[in-house]
Amino acid sequence: MNISRRQLLVLLPAAAVAWKSVLAGTPEESPNYKMSDHWWGMLIDIPKCIGCGNCVRACQTENDVPDGHFRTWVERYNVSDENMTTPTVISPDGGKEGFPVAEEDGEKYFFVPKMCNHCADSPCTQVCPVGATFISPDGVVLIDQTYCLGCAYCVQACPYGCRYVHPQKEVADKCTLCYHRITKGLTTACCEACPTGARQLVDLKNPKDPIHEFLKTHSVQVLKPQMATGAKAFYNGLDGSVR
Amino acid sequence: MSAFKEAGHLFRFAGLFVLAFLVFLVVRHFVVPKTFGEYGHYRGASIGEIASRPVKFAGHETCEGCHTDILDVKSKGKHAHVNCEACHGALANHADDPTIKPVPPDTAVLCARCHTASAAKPKGFPQVVPADHSNGVPCQTCHNPHSPAMDAGGAK
Repeated sequence: MNISRRQLLVLLPAAAVAWKSVLAGTPEESPNYKMSDHWWGMLIDIPKCIGCGNCVRACQTENDVPDGHFRTWVERYNVSDENMTTPTVISPDGGKEGFPVAEEDGEKYFFVPKMCNHCADSPCTQVCPVGATFISPDGVVLIDQTYCLGCAYCVQACPYGCRYVHPQKEVADKCTLCYHRITKGLTTACCEACPTGARQLVDLKNPKDPIHEFLKTHSVQVLKPQMATGAKAFYNGLDGSVR
Repeated sequence: MSAFKEAGHLFRFAGLFVLAFLVFLVVRHFVVPKTFGEYGHYRGASIGEIASRPVKFAGHETCEGCHTDILDVKSKGKHAHVNCEACHGALANHADDPTIKPVPPDTAVLCARCHTASAAKPKGFPQVVPADHSNGVPCQTCHNPHSPAMDAGGAK
């Protein structure tokens, strides 16, 4: 095969470009996963939560969440009679190792698991000055940690307190809705570990997802609806004292 | 052309502007990541990078592929809806390489975590005061954790 000098000059850069794309490789993704087919959210069924902390531990294991920081955590509310506006809320170490025993004293106690609400109109993504955090086409609020500056604007912007600055990486960190799992057909680590089904991953674009029937037949609320964040963590049986 | 006679300095300035704009375009081409703007104001490739992180909880379908005997017991009992790794912990490494043996969970801690009586727990959820209930006798003496009802029999 004879190649002229002119042909070589054309071929070499083309080969270099092709070789670069071979070296870069393609990220391991589920081949059948199409972002446009999904719109993810979470159903949190408060009357089913027993405050065992399984979700918190599972999340820390799955996502290497540093100690003292939480992508999900559980709060225990204590509301005395009519005192709706000043509940006593505890969350020892995020509820990771469970909660102290609540005695029967005639007051109302219940657990509220908290996590990123994966808002459709999220305040946190709007304030990012560099485009490091975003809502993915399938409705998950994610952080590009190679792009994040660690300015923590988003940490302040989140009305639910769901973000933190990672102490070692010094960039913002938060719940990814186990994006590395749900794109492979698995459920999130917290849902996998929840023993009572108090948490359920939901796909609002899937017409067969039981969430549609659930939303139709239950009194469901999101946290801080007045902030119009388009939160997609749906709470069943949410008490008015929860904030 | 006498109108432009004294305007040379303006053209030179405009030329400088065009040059600076070209430099800006070249610099931007190299500085902005290739996939930035693919889906929105962010780096599109980061979605794939986040999706390719390793999984640590294998998922109950994976466990049930091999441990069919346990599934048979569990699916008939009260713990049918409790996933394997809720008690056994993250075991994707065991699923990938079965020679890695998982440590069996300590039932004294495990059972109590869910079933210790508390006013904060839902009323219908089975709860006991561990000290009164068994007085230190291990739970699995009477209960099989995979199917905990008493008539289901304790673990052998």
